[in-house]
Amino acid sequence: MAKAKSLEKQAGKTYHDDLAIVREELDKCMKCGNCMAVCPVYGADKVESAVTRSKIAVAEAVLDGQLELDDPQVYEMMFNCLVCKSCMTNCPTKVNFDRIMLALRAALVRKNGLPWLKKMIFSTLKHPALFDTGMRVGAALQGLAFKTDEGGKAISPRAPFAKVGGPLGFDGERQMPALNVTPLRDRVDEVVKVEGAVMKVAFFTGDSLNYFYPETGQDLIEVLTANKIEVHIPKAQNCCGVPVLVHGDVETVRTLARKNIDTFDATGCEYLITGCGSCGGAWQHDYVELLAGDPVYGPKAEYWAKRTFDISTFLTRIVKLREPKGRIERTVTYHDSCHLKKSMKVAAEPREILKSIPGLTFKEMAAPDACCGSGGSYVLSHFETASTIGRKKAEDIGRTQADTVSTGCPACMMQLFDNVHRAGGQQKVTHFISLLAESYRLEKTDN
Amino acid sequence: MLDPSIIEQLETLVGKENVLTGKVDLVAYSYDATADMPKQTPDVVVLPTSAEMVQEIVQLARRNKIAIYPRGAGTNLSGGAIPLKKGIVLSFQKMNKIVDVDPANLTAVVQPGVVIAALNAAVAPFGLIYPPDPGTVATATMGGSAAENSGGLRGLKYGVTKNYIMGMEVVLANGEKVRFGGKTVKNVTAYDFSNLFVGSEGTLGIITELTAKLIPAPKYRRTMMGVFKTLADAGNAVAGIIAAQVIPATLEIMDRMTIQTVEDFAHIGLPTDAEALLLIEVDGMAEEVVRAEAEAVMQVVRDNNGDLKTAETDQERDQLWTARRNALPALASLNNTVVLEDATVPRSRITDMLVACEAIGKKYNLVLGTFGHAGDGNLHPTILCDKRNADEIGRVHKAVDEIFETALRFGGTLSGEHGIGMAKMKYLGDELGQSGLNLMRSIKESLDPEYVLNPGKMVPLREN
Repeated sequence: MAKAKSLEKQAGKTYHDDLAIVREELDKCMKCGNCMAVCPVYGADKVESAVTRSKIAVAEAVLDGQLELDDPQVYEMMFNCLVCKSCMTNCPTKVNFDRIMLALRAALVRKNGLPWLKKMIFSTLKHPALFDTGMRVGAALQGLAFKTDEGGKAISPRAPFAKVGGPLGFDGERQMPALNVTPLRDRVDEVVKVEGAVMKVAFFTGDSLNYFYPETGQDLIEVLTANKIEVHIPKAQNCCGVPVLVHGDVETVRTLARKNIDTFDATGCEYLITGCGSCGGAWQHDYVELLAGDPVYGPKAEYWAKRTFDISTFLTRIVKLREPKGRIERTVTYHDSCHLKKSMKVAAEPREILKSIPGLTFKEMAAPDACCGSGGSYVLSHFETASTIGRKKAEDIGRTQADTVSTGCPACMMQLFDNVHRAGGQQKVTHFISLLAESYRLEKTDN
Repeated sequence: MLDPSIIEQLETLVGKENVLTGKVDLVAYSYDATADMPKQTPDVVVLPTSAEMVQEIVQLARRNKIAIYPRGAGTNLSGGAIPLKKGIVLSFQKMNKIVDVDPANLTAVVQPGVVIAALNAAVAPFGLIYPPDPGTVATATMGGSAAENSGGLRGLKYGVTKNYIMGMEVVLANGEKVRFGGKTVKNVTAYDFSNLFVGSEGTLGIITELTAKLIPAPKYRRTMMGVFKTLADAGNAVAGIIAAQVIPATLEIMDRMTIQTVEDFAHIGLPTDAEALLLIEVDGMAEEVVRAEAEAVMQVVRDNNGDLKTAETDQERDQLWTARRNALPALASLNNTVVLEDATVPRSRITDMLVACEAIGKKYNLVLGTFGHAGDGNLHPTILCDKRNADEIGRVHKAVDEIFETALRFGGTLSGEHGIGMAKMKYLGDELGQSGLNLMRSIKESLDPEYVLNPGKMVPLREN
């Protein structure tokens, strides 16, 4: 590990800048095939080009000059990966496959540039105001293309869009959370004070909680304040950058990382809290690796990496969770978000929180840490495979007889919501923090 | 390159989506899990979904003199699945249905692409297990492990794959499909075909269905670890356990080099001055018997100056297993290439073989650690080397030659569980002699005279 790090720092370059740097990761792979047991894409496709060890073999062929990086087949293989890191948890020689995948994608972008559509979207991310306007316009216009369910929380594509959107998964069956007209960061004050605060923390909302699930974000803030913690939600914060990073746009994500670091430095808070495995993983790992060659921001990234916690870890390991007393008479199962479990190593904490809620019956599903098939935009680009993966997850959820499925990541919530619906399930999909918030609220009304 | 009309015919036979010809797909099937082997891309990968499709593919291949390389999960360790002469890789990953689980007869009927762990998951609700447990149970297929006659950690007590295959359906090189064996415990009808095709490494026929034997899952187990200051003590302990008439389910050994490397890798508190470590697990259906066996084992370990650790809980058992589980990963972390052998000796020669392996490593100035299944004499001398260092690779080849020579001298065999494939073909004569090689060739040529099935493996190709 130390060796890999020294390589990263060579000439201020990281594997994001030079594909040759991942040779060391490639060399670790024995081609034993243990990744086949857990790779969700291989599990669905059943062809070996889908699985990690073959992607490594192809990467070797690219580095050896036998295959071209921009060969359409190499391109397709490269993007047929959820970057869920499941293979890494089952790898006997600890190959950091995420580095290989990101290095390949970054190298491709260096060679051919970004496709224009991605370029357009990603460049708006660097300008939060522009991106924010886009999301609001989207929220206002979504009624044209999507129909809304009764509560206004979910949308499905309307007929003509369902037809053209079919191959992307936007068929008439698809259910997604509605874009909220008022994002989270506009709903709450920049500093949420609480009487007798014992500590102050900064909340990195990420885009999903900000635009798609603002109520979940509000629940998270409510739980923190119920634990006597002052919450800072800086309005200047950006996207974490992971959606951009996985498409190889290294410069955009470095810009986002530096801006986010400045923004959170300015809060003066001791801890950074996330409610999304991908965002938390970015702060804990990706920023450090991306900025390893940056003498100013590298150390700052390392500073925040040690102070970033998922809300569940923070509540159970850093502070002592205020015992919830409001009864929730529900049977709840829990899906391990890949980035939460495999990147942030958070698995026991959300379960502890759920089990601490009175009245709540916790039922573990089979393979709770099997990927749900979301992978951010993977579900859009590889809808069929993502659905096969999602169907299995929906079946495992169904077998628990739980009425609620909880998770710790908004991207998983979207995918679970869609797949539970497609499987004809009635389970409510929620972030575990919302159940805790509900219990706290109930104890007020109970008394 | 194959004639495009062949690809079209294959597409008609199995459907376009089950015929892969893209560059990336071909790279994905150009290797297996064996280190230090040439890679070769096939001309085409075909994923059949029925035995009838396999028959048609075999007939097409034979008419056109195209090699067929059957493949399960491609996890074998002797180059058995590498498409050396290009042609067709026949991947069974889509024939993965469990056809029947029959608790009354203690059998299961499976398609060849069923993963071993998936079979065990399916029979667990009946309180049954399929015992063969190669290190790759979570990925390896029933067809592949039958073709390779895989072993595993429980070989001493429960046997290996060949002890659990009761019947088969096989497509022969002439395109005919033959079924033999079945659900009966006793069956002496005709030749013992199951034992011919198990371990035939895809060179005699293509397995399209298997009937597997199941056994009741043992209800009780006890796990122990003994750490020894000398190899002789460890060897005597192995002999002592057997002499005490205990047959452990697991009796694993690790040498000093492996112990040190595991400790550096995983920091689990192993004494790095130890010469050998034994991991022992006894199991059974009766608590009393298992306890008595465990006590006998503990006594033997103590009598041979072993430092004893026992597990009382599942968590403690897991801790004891950590050392063994980390053996290969830890050794593999030392360099970019892992040459993993499986030379096997009679149990009584385990100590001699461990000493010999260490000496061979020193002689050729190589990093070599040995661990393995002491109970059945199946050792894994493992050499860690740099594939880009030609001089070192040359010394590795010499060391491997000498390891096999030594195993044979001790009355052992070339392969305990990995198979011959490409990796060990050149040593076959040393064990079998010319008459043995002739027998191999006459069996091969009577079933596959044109060398269509997995050519270049087990039986050398005839030079034209």
